[in-house]
Amino acid sequence: MKVAKRTFDAVIVGAGGAGLRAALQLSEAGLKTAVLTKVFPTRSHTVAAQGGVAASLGNSTEDNWHWHMYDTVKGSDWLGDQDAIEFMVKKANEVVVELEHYGMPFDRTDNGKIYQRPFGGHSQNYGQTPVSRSCAAADRTGHAMLHALYQRNVRANTQFFVEWMAMDLIRNADGDVLGVTAMEMETGEVSIFHAKATIFATGGSGRIYYSSTNAFINTGDGVGMAARAGIPLEDMEFWQFHPTGVAGAGVLITEGVRGEGGILRNASGERFMERYAPNLKDLASRDVVSRSMVTEINEGRGCGSEKDHVLLDITHLSPETINKRLPGIREISIQFAGVDPIKAPIPVVPTCHYQMGGIPTNYKGQVVVPKDGNPNVPVAGFYAAGECACASVHGANRLGTNSLLDLLVFGKAAGETVVSDFQSGQLTLKPLPENAADVSLARIARLETQTNGEEVHEVRLAMQRTMQKHAGVFRFADMLKEGVTKILEVAERAKHTQIKDKSKVWNTARTEALELDNLIEVAKATMVSAEARKESRGAHVRDDAIDCAETPNGRDDKNWLKHTLWYSEGNRLDYKPVTLQPMSADVEPIALAKRTY
Amino acid sequence: MSSKRTVQFKIYRYDPDKDAAPYMQDISVELEESDKKLLDALVRLKAKDDSLSFRRSCREGVCGSDAMNINGKNGLACLTSMDDIAQPITLRPLPGLPVIRDVIVDMTQFFKQYHSIKPYLINNEPAPERERLQSPEDRDELNGLYECILCACCSTSCPSFWWNPDKFVGPAGLLAAYRFLADTRDQATSERLDNLEDPYRLFRCHSIMNCVDVCPKHLNPTKAIGKIKDMMVRRAV
Repeated sequence: MKVAKRTFDAVIVGAGGAGLRAALQLSEAGLKTAVLTKVFPTRSHTVAAQGGVAASLGNSTEDNWHWHMYDTVKGSDWLGDQDAIEFMVKKANEVVVELEHYGMPFDRTDNGKIYQRPFGGHSQNYGQTPVSRSCAAADRTGHAMLHALYQRNVRANTQFFVEWMAMDLIRNADGDVLGVTAMEMETGEVSIFHAKATIFATGGSGRIYYSSTNAFINTGDGVGMAARAGIPLEDMEFWQFHPTGVAGAGVLITEGVRGEGGILRNASGERFMERYAPNLKDLASRDVVSRSMVTEINEGRGCGSEKDHVLLDITHLSPETINKRLPGIREISIQFAGVDPIKAPIPVVPTCHYQMGGIPTNYKGQVVVPKDGNPNVPVAGFYAAGECACASVHGANRLGTNSLLDLLVFGKAAGETVVSDFQSGQLTLKPLPENAADVSLARIARLETQTNGEEVHEVRLAMQRTMQKHAGVFRFADMLKEGVTKILEVAERAKHTQIKDKSKVWNTARTEALELDNLIEVAKATMVSAEARKESRGAHVRDDAIDCAETPNGRDDKNWLKHTLWYSEGNRLDYKPVTLQPMSADVEPIALAKRTY
Repeated sequence: MSSKRTVQFKIYRYDPDKDAAPYMQDISVELEESDKKLLDALVRLKAKDDSLSFRRSCREGVCGSDAMNINGKNGLACLTSMDDIAQPITLRPLPGLPVIRDVIVDMTQFFKQYHSIKPYLINNEPAPERERLQSPEDRDELNGLYECILCACCSTSCPSFWWNPDKFVGPAGLLAAYRFLADTRDQATSERLDNLEDPYRLFRCHSIMNCVDVCPKHLNPTKAIGKIKDMMVRRAV
């Protein structure tokens, strides 16, 4: 097969929030940039974010970045790197104000400033009282943000390759990244995108679980590509289960509902979060709320005929508040739960939502790997930002609204780093290896000719069921062990998937088969990393970790205050230290403490 | 909700790689109890016949991918309930745009019109250090405008757009045009009106209101278009 080659200064894979923010930086600096995206940019999953983006603007309540930093480090259960966290919270006001200047339709306070609402885990004065830090456009913040970023890119004349699916990362013998291969979905043709810099902004992989708030497209494409190309994946055992997915449907109900005063209730109508988090109650961190809900359900206090969910109650809020601040939620409840939240509470259940781990990066957006004893050596020409990356600002548990902040701050940072590396002459177009597209062509050829294989949807379902059962909200040592065996079996099956559709044109069967290759890498990384981490921390909680003075909440800082690195080749693990030292002398390290809300 | 049930479909099929011409396929599928929306049924159908091609992503009506013509009316598969839909469920691609394959259409012309109205805020004053101020009342003017998901249900239900897709901006593009005209932070009002002052771009809207009827987000492009026309008249006198 003939493979076309295109050459750019930079190629960005993904056009969600992080990709678009990075693209803006590159386009405005005049770099010849290609943005590859498998869906039209405004269909990327950033569009589904609801509640807001964090920034300590202090428009409604007193606030500052020190408090935001403390909340983020504590939320991460101290697994977040404090240099990257300091960088992110300090940049928050700047990137949010920029968005406003781009035209983002934020809600407003009476004096015309950006409207802010309380959110889980965000507090004033180091955990004392809830703070209004979430900058919101009703409950459609992600939609408003993604469209504003796309619109700004239209203004900047960014060059998009829409409905092109990136397939494989191209590296040379030194490990430098030289671009990607990609398939045009309309024709099925594979091309090489040869570039001086490659930025991955491919989003999350929440579709490894059976029940997920994530879109169909969230198949971990960048994460899978990186893993297959020899890049380790960091902290993949940490997955956020959002407390409030619509029971049965999985569709997200924003934490902003609780920010506006919503209350979680069990079968007897009790506001049970008062027992688990006496201070922040329903606005405790997501991992804490999700575990509390599952505990209520497991102990027989769940709601409905199956006692398998709890209720999110906003019937005490005025219809005016609901219609003004939560109109999208009202519509989702009516559509997917058959309930008008003005009149009745919404049935909810913890649902897979966000990947805290990912491709390891530093706060400049450079992808970093261990080399010659140094755990964080940049890979030449390779950058990543957003959910596919692990900076690591979320550590073991992300705070709500910090994801939209992450993609703005690190999308911009990755863009700035590329621009400055480009302008200083550090980035050069290195020669492509012979047959740089061979791996991709072989994957397509296999799907052409495979017979007697299983269908993609069957293998995908087996993977999703395995992840759901063996690596959920609560984890059990024996289940994890069995889960590793099972997921490796599923991975074998995925090598022999078969498709009946052989058309060149818009072949979604083929796309789904290629996506499964990526999902499988993520699923393996998750299960293997989770089985190995013998402690409870943030979203990773296991039955054999003991809560005592030495290991508070089961967290074992002596042995496990370290990042996991999983390598696809050889299915092996490595570890690297957590950065406990902030970036500057402006702030002291946030000292380790038992996490309570 | 009833348990397992079989539903009948009539689906527009066309694969340029193998079909000489498009055809309507009769096909049925057994649904599980959890299959509540048309998109769930299509995913179930695709498991049976993996060559059925359609776009989909968020499955909650906010990404705008799965617009199609459902029993003669444009809509999103993910927001169409299986409870109140007549069988056989007839699915066709959005009308008026070139078909790539099955219900997947080429949306180039649609986006070209969207891009033609300069869909971005224009304000040439130096950016202040903090946010530009906007009163809650002024911000409320953007409600019903900014929520558009670019699914193209409206423009592809509009006869004026069918006849002149290259000349008439269409309801989605005009809704976006008014979204910026209505924004107190935008300074390009007269430039934006100039851009639409033409026998086709704006004035081909004859208030047929199909756009309002089909919008899955309950937006009202006709009303926005009326407001642009008012602005044109006001600046002429």
